[in-house]
Amino acid sequence: MLSSTEPQVATISQSVLDAQDVNVYYGSYLAVDGVNMSIPKNKVTALIGPSGCGKSTMLRCFNRMNDLVASARVTGKILYHGQNLYEGGIDPVEVRRRIGIVFQKPNPFPKSVFENIAFGPRINGFKGDKTDLAELVEQSLRQAALWDEVKDKLQDSGLALSGGQQQRLCIARTLAVKPDVVLMDEPCSALDPISTRRIEELIEELKKNYTIAIVTHNMQQAARVSDMTAFFNAEIDESGERVGRLVEFARTEQIFNHPSKKATQEYVSGHFG
Amino acid sequence: MTGLPQGLDGNIAGSELFAPNLERRHLVGKIFSTLCLIGTSLGLILLAVLLSRTFVQATTHLNWGFISSYPSQMNPSAAGIRSPLLGSLCILVYTILFSVPVGVGAAVYLEEYAPQNRFTKLLELNIANLAGVPSVVYGILGLGLFVRLMGLGRVVLAGSLTMALVILPVIIVAAREAIRAVPKSLREASYGLGATKWQTVWNHVLPNAIPGILTGVIIAVSRAIGDSASLLIIGALTFITFDPKFLEWGGLTSQFTVLPLQIFFWIGLPQEAFKELAASGIIVLMVLLLSLNAIAIIIRNKYSHLN
Repeated sequence: MLSSTEPQVATISQSVLDAQDVNVYYGSYLAVDGVNMSIPKNKVTALIGPSGCGKSTMLRCFNRMNDLVASARVTGKILYHGQNLYEGGIDPVEVRRRIGIVFQKPNPFPKSVFENIAFGPRINGFKGDKTDLAELVEQSLRQAALWDEVKDKLQDSGLALSGGQQQRLCIARTLAVKPDVVLMDEPCSALDPISTRRIEELIEELKKNYTIAIVTHNMQQAARVSDMTAFFNAEIDESGERVGRLVEFARTEQIFNHPSKKATQEYVSGHFG
Repeated sequence: MTGLPQGLDGNIAGSELFAPNLERRHLVGKIFSTLCLIGTSLGLILLAVLLSRTFVQATTHLNWGFISSYPSQMNPSAAGIRSPLLGSLCILVYTILFSVPVGVGAAVYLEEYAPQNRFTKLLELNIANLAGVPSVVYGILGLGLFVRLMGLGRVVLAGSLTMALVILPVIIVAAREAIRAVPKSLREASYGLGATKWQTVWNHVLPNAIPGILTGVIIAVSRAIGDSASLLIIGALTFITFDPKFLEWGGLTSQFTVLPLQIFFWIGLPQEAFKELAASGIIVLMVLLLSLNAIAIIIRNKYSHLN
């Protein structure tokens, strides 16, 4: 079988991240096979597809979160402004400060709201004094549309907030270290529809200043928030193993209205997945 | 008990498939809960009998004089537990100082840094086994290593190092469990913000593991405070009429005795009066143990109040 994913996208703006022939292995098992895609600047790029298609795995390659999985191995290149993130000498700690991530389940630290936000700046050697830190905390909470709800309970535990508030707290926490890119791994899948809508509005707002890549199970969500969509599918390879491949990567309206691949067509119209 | 009414068609839904047999099912449940209650009460009754007997024997001696006097072999009415009590406290403090940092450090290394391979698996198995080794064996090791080979003599330092060995495996096992129980999502959150491994372990993993680690320390210290075999082997004396010399090396170089040894010694004497002294000693030992546990529980609650 030919490599199914030649770069298929007309560049619509400058790209921040470029995946080139990325394979991800867990031990000897090939989880993601030969992905080529780019994440354009100040756009929202959605990664969609059925369970086990490798979209979350792929997302976690963009900031080297997969390094934390002992058996994971990545081959190929992921260029960040032209620099390969997987080159020797690149420190994943610095990568993750520049390319932040928000997880599926809201995971605030069991500390106060303030400390949740202040932790990132502190560990990264924040140069300002106490007042500057307080300002940064407020600014981050405002950016995440959470300030008005928590300004009187900054010293309360982050875990005392509602699920939707917790997820916005996690977004604020990510923004506080001034990243360039924000990765989101199914950020709304544990939330109710109203909280989901707030997060989606927030994503719309954030893309003015940030580049966003979002994994979602929810096709309507991808259609609503994203500019570009990458459709991944779990395919059965010659030896009978399931392997994740990028099937189609194009502008969101094209993926949903005029997909060029049959599998994409079937998935977005709800025939499987 | 009244039954539920039949359905509109006069039948009980599902009656052709199920034989409810409710009386029997509830009876089995009652029998089971009674058995559990008997189990619980057996333990409690035994404890109550033991305690009341000890208390009755102990009443004549439980006063400040008993705490503040030195032991005496001649005059039971004037004998006290000053030196063994101080010895126990002294051994305990140093044991905690030696074993907790080493134990938690080992646990952090094994959980967070060590590669997962056959060797670390073997190590893990060995530590778990060591937790079950009788303390008398550690006593022999302490005698050979600390008292003789290192030439420390039969002093507090040798005693607390030996005791630290006794409880080290318990602390390592408990601390590993506690560290492993810190959710992955918390670590990911920290790494995702650009934290290093050290920053993640220090700021998130350890603080969240502290309640669990303390539980392990409580269990370990309870074992240490009641243990006499290891200290008997390394040669703690049973008759000491002076305090540990805190001004010289913080008491580390003093000869010592501990409460369980003193109790053991008193019980071995023929006169009834000494048996009463032993009972009083047991009460003091128990109060000491309970207050140490209380302190640990307070610290634990303080750390887990945010979670």
